[in-house]
Amino acid sequence: MATIYIDNKPYDVKAGKNLLEACLSLGLDLPYFCYHPAMGSIGACRQCAVKVYRDENDTKGKLFMSCMEQVREGMRVSIADLEAKEFRAHVIGWLMTNHPHDCAVCDEGGSCHLQDMTVMTGHNYRQYRFDKRTYINQNLGPFLNHEMNRCIQCYRCVRYYKDYAGGKDLDVYAAHNHLYFGRAEDGTLESEFSGNLAEVCPTGVFTDKTLKQHYTRKWDLTSAPSVCHHCSLGCNTIAGERYGTLRNITNRYNGEVNGYFLCDRGRFGYEFVNSAGRVRMPLVRQMLPEATDKYTALKAAASALKAGRVIGIGSPRASLESNYVLRKLVGEDNFHHGVSDTNHDLVDMALNILCEGSAPTPTLQEIEQCDAVFILGEDLTNTAPLMALAVRQSVRQKPMLEQVSKANIPVWQDAAARSLIQSEQGPLFMAHYTPTKLDELATKTYFNAPDDIARLGFAVANLIHPDSPEVRGISDEDQALAQQIADALMQASKPLVISGTSSGNERVLKAAANIAHALIAREKAASISLVVPECNSMGLAMMGGHKLESAFEAVLNDYADTVIILENDLFRRASTARVTQFLDRCEQVIVLDHLHNATTEKADILLPAGTFSEADGTLINNEGRAQRFFQVHATPEEIQESWHWLAELGTIMADEQISSWHGYDDIVKALTNEIPALRSIKKAAPPSDFRIAGQKIPREPHRFSGRTSMLANINVSEPKPPQDPDSPLSYTMEGYRGQPPSSVIPFFWSPGWNSVQATNKYQQEVGGHLKGGDPGIRLIEPIGTAPFSVAVPQAFVPLEGHLFMLPLHHTFGSEELSNQAAAIQERIPEPYVAINATDAQRMKLSEGQLLSFSIEGQVYQLPIKLSQTIPSGAAGMPNGLPGVPFAELPAWAILNRDIKWKKQPQTTF
Amino acid sequence: MEKPLTQHIVPGRKPLNLKAYEKVGGYQSVRKALKEMTPQEVQALVKDSNLRGRGGAGFNTGLKWSFVPMGPDAATPKYLVANADEMEPGTFKDRVLLEGNPHQLIEGMIVSAYAIQASISYVFMRWAYKLAAREITQAIQDAYEAGYLGKNILGTGFDLEMHLHTGVGRYMCGEETALLNALEGKRANPRVKPPFPQVSGLFGKPTIVNNVETLCNIPHIINNGAEWFKKLGLTEDAGTKLYGVSGRVKTPGCWELPMGTTIRELLEVHAGGMQDGYLFKGLLPGGASTDFLVEEHLDLPMDYPSIQNAGSRMGTGTMIILDDQTCPVGFVHNLQHFFAQESCGFCTPCREGLPWVEKILLAMDRGEGKPEHLLTLDFHTKYLGPGNTFCALAPGAMEPLQSALKYFREDFERHIHEHHCPWSKTTAWQPSI
Repeated sequence: MATIYIDNKPYDVKAGKNLLEACLSLGLDLPYFCYHPAMGSIGACRQCAVKVYRDENDTKGKLFMSCMEQVREGMRVSIADLEAKEFRAHVIGWLMTNHPHDCAVCDEGGSCHLQDMTVMTGHNYRQYRFDKRTYINQNLGPFLNHEMNRCIQCYRCVRYYKDYAGGKDLDVYAAHNHLYFGRAEDGTLESEFSGNLAEVCPTGVFTDKTLKQHYTRKWDLTSAPSVCHHCSLGCNTIAGERYGTLRNITNRYNGEVNGYFLCDRGRFGYEFVNSAGRVRMPLVRQMLPEATDKYTALKAAASALKAGRVIGIGSPRASLESNYVLRKLVGEDNFHHGVSDTNHDLVDMALNILCEGSAPTPTLQEIEQCDAVFILGEDLTNTAPLMALAVRQSVRQKPMLEQVSKANIPVWQDAAARSLIQSEQGPLFMAHYTPTKLDELATKTYFNAPDDIARLGFAVANLIHPDSPEVRGISDEDQALAQQIADALMQASKPLVISGTSSGNERVLKAAANIAHALIAREKAASISLVVPECNSMGLAMMGGHKLESAFEAVLNDYADTVIILENDLFRRASTARVTQFLDRCEQVIVLDHLHNATTEKADILLPAGTFSEADGTLINNEGRAQRFFQVHATPEEIQESWHWLAELGTIMADEQISSWHGYDDIVKALTNEIPALRSIKKAAPPSDFRIAGQKIPREPHRFSGRTSMLANINVSEPKPPQDPDSPLSYTMEGYRGQPPSSVIPFFWSPGWNSVQATNKYQQEVGGHLKGGDPGIRLIEPIGTAPFSVAVPQAFVPLEGHLFMLPLHHTFGSEELSNQAAAIQERIPEPYVAINATDAQRMKLSEGQLLSFSIEGQVYQLPIKLSQTIPSGAAGMPNGLPGVPFAELPAWAILNRDIKWKKQPQTTF
Repeated sequence: MEKPLTQHIVPGRKPLNLKAYEKVGGYQSVRKALKEMTPQEVQALVKDSNLRGRGGAGFNTGLKWSFVPMGPDAATPKYLVANADEMEPGTFKDRVLLEGNPHQLIEGMIVSAYAIQASISYVFMRWAYKLAAREITQAIQDAYEAGYLGKNILGTGFDLEMHLHTGVGRYMCGEETALLNALEGKRANPRVKPPFPQVSGLFGKPTIVNNVETLCNIPHIINNGAEWFKKLGLTEDAGTKLYGVSGRVKTPGCWELPMGTTIRELLEVHAGGMQDGYLFKGLLPGGASTDFLVEEHLDLPMDYPSIQNAGSRMGTGTMIILDDQTCPVGFVHNLQHFFAQESCGFCTPCREGLPWVEKILLAMDRGEGKPEHLLTLDFHTKYLGPGNTFCALAPGAMEPLQSALKYFREDFERHIHEHHCPWSKTTAWQPSI
């Protein structure tokens, strides 16, 4: 700590920070542009000038940029100094010489950092009387709008896009007062993290293009804290609604999880909520018309349940609560996980490693701090994008620790740190079967089949700790690489092993676990992070349940005849033939889901389930963190949370326990009482009766407009606002205006801070944890009882006439719900099959030709993409892509041709 | 009068080739420094000589070198860069040295590199100096062939590579950190200091950037000693200086003279006085980015402290003369146009402020100036000062403006009140549309 004097008042501030961070952390208002807490300082905009005095006798002082000055004990500073104020107003004046006066028609208006800072400095009247410079804008693709005339040249966009996120196709061009921030030519921004530009840009140069389709000012949005449903990381989001449609997703800062950023799948995938393919009315197929009201549908469902022997199929994309109520309704013995069996086993194993292993699992923010990383069998950019972004930061750790601190450069001094460390990077090792976007950062990349990746992993573990089993028959080359990896991990202060379920290989997971275990045994502060497939895969695994195949068998063997399917398209979980056979055998199929899909087509009774923005619930992310998401807007009574539907069904069926529940909190209470592993989830957010000063937390800002008129076309009298019995949030503007607990922040706003930069005011220190701690509660701590795994696999051996088909994942295309968002759809690749280039040559096939093969009876015909990395005898097929029927991968694909692979030496034990 | 720097330069004659240069004593300092002196001794000698950087800032060269980390723990490779990006308007002194005696620069660079134990060196040259680039390229090649560059120079175990890099013509590249960025292939934006290039320079490694004239002095200091060098100057500043005069004088040019020669001597003796029909009005002593001096300052010696005390800067020591028949507003507008165009666009005050200033001066020149424009110019001269902007470009640009407003304010006011430029032939004021 250091004591500094700001306008003659003493303050205790954290040493090592810069003056701007210190002032903002103290809650003082000091305008700035180019500084960003996640990216540090460069001193470009000159907006944060303050007076700094030599000592208490110095009355003149000198202007300094607060973002570039390190806090020093006894430092004397003035924000209020007239000269400093005048200079800051002039900086705005300079920026305004070219900034258009188009706030009224600008998408950023009302959430614009430039607007806020302009008001803050008091620059009211324009002195500049000459022409403004103008630019031609670019089409940057489906996600972002580009309006260069508004640019204030703070350099944040390129610093974020290039330096932070590793993008290649956004840069700054030209010079002097004609700088251009954009692409070399029109075209879609390639980075999976481009959407953050809309929040990084302090004004309206980069704005959310999807929001533009149904534009609403920030102050007119009804917002609630939400959690991204599009991968397993559980990034915190804010979802905004108006007139019953979801308008946008913005980042909700969580100092432990996503920090300031989201991936584009998470930011733009929301549009499925507004999709024309939504299930909006209950359907009872045996009635005419099929669409019916809530009560008829409930009655039909209840009588189906009463008549039949019922099983339930849960879902990893549904909340814990919905899965739990289903389990309650059908009974624990009849509750099945709605995931493929491979997926089921792998997630169980991942959970087991995290619970019984010895290495803790890091938060995303902790991953950024790791100084050596080994990734086994995960294409993070496509399976858990924000983790890839975190790994991008981690490779800077080693040079930052070794050089930057040695040169006395503070960590926030970004420009200096970058010019010192240049392209130097800490150790990152990648083992995968296909190239990933992180390869460019890797010290070494290793491409081979999953079993061989596992072998490399086991070899690394064995080199770190001899108790981990030896790998026999490993090549000298691989052994040398293993040695290099082991050395790097052992030399690091915070080594990290990353793996996951995406390669579909349990040996890879076990190898990763062994490495982490070996590092811990050698007393390293190691951690292990595992990616799982979906937003609540971990929650489902912790809850427990039977496999999907046993559900199929139960019906096909006539143990059951009625099924309730919760938010799940079974055609994405098992082969078309198998699912069709199963559904056809069921007497009654009751489906709850958001969107029409192949499974809902087969439903006898279809109940419209509320999406994430129409539901309250809890998800457990890949690190075992339970996080609550809240309903954003009230829905017509026909659309409600699945747990609501199921609880109502239970009540109608006079289930004793279910009928005793009177709302969301009762479900959570029952759930936590029944499942000890989930006991803490109630701590993820305050209960529904939580009040501050007797008031609820309003979802609408106090400037929300049109409340009395927005429904006047229907009825001129203002309707009673909808009530929310399930959460401490209200659907109105009224309520407590101060800062709520971190888990129920519906939007970031503070007087004078209308933009997302208001986040500063909610943090303990700028860029740090939220006041009162970051949202979410960790449910998993490793107990360290698991021994080293001895399941070293044999090397991959090709099979004549076959290809070993491996899953390939896509940020855009592999996830079910986001695939229904219009903007995302533009980015989904065409179906393909990737095969080894030499194999293709041998088969006399070339790029683009169709390859025909079959997996478990399902015939595929896909255009070929040649791969230099997929091992001979293996191939890759996109997972979950529209137009590619499900296959449980990895699997042997039978080639409809005669082919012999190059002989590879068989490894023997 | 000794003229160590230009003694072998004869205008109109090709520079000495390696053989001829060696014959007149060339490369002796390399032998002496590399074989007889330690790097620390070279540094100390140069520091003692009180050689001040000839690029404009006037920082003690030996002192600058002493900040480079030495010894076995120092980061490697270290770099030496000759700043030959001479783009200051009115400045053409380095060109004389580059075109006139390229081996002198190379010799100075070898010794300087040895002093800081740099193993790679660059000549960063202004794109327009085509002839100089040809001469330096040839000279570097000859020096390699003669064993003055490359591995194990003269059998001393000291290695030095040397490359010529021609820029694409940005004034910013004269700023040493922007030069380093440009050399790395990045935008020529300046870097934050600290860390200084001596610690974290080119590619993040310890680097010294010295002006061409500075480096050319090194061989002579090594050969003749610090005391000799100090005695060359007439005042407390040491050595000789390449002075230049441009503008409406009888014989504009560049001359090597003892440091501390008076402005009057430069103007009246060497430049031959004002052209007939023109009267002296003011001068920029060291290039476009220095404050005007006027009649009362003519007897000042041209050295760093004297000019600084008069409220200007010695800069590059190459002065531009303003005569009575040139409009000072138009003159300053011309300069501001240059600076606004050469701003890299990194920091707000420079990027946005300079074009604003330029537009106001243009408006004044066209008779469209308004009284409040003077206030706008005033606040720019106040707030575009050192420390308020990221680098020295905008503060440098404000120097001629603020002193013009001080010495020639009534000329600015006449433009506004008379609605036309008093120097312009078109007298009638037309309202702007």
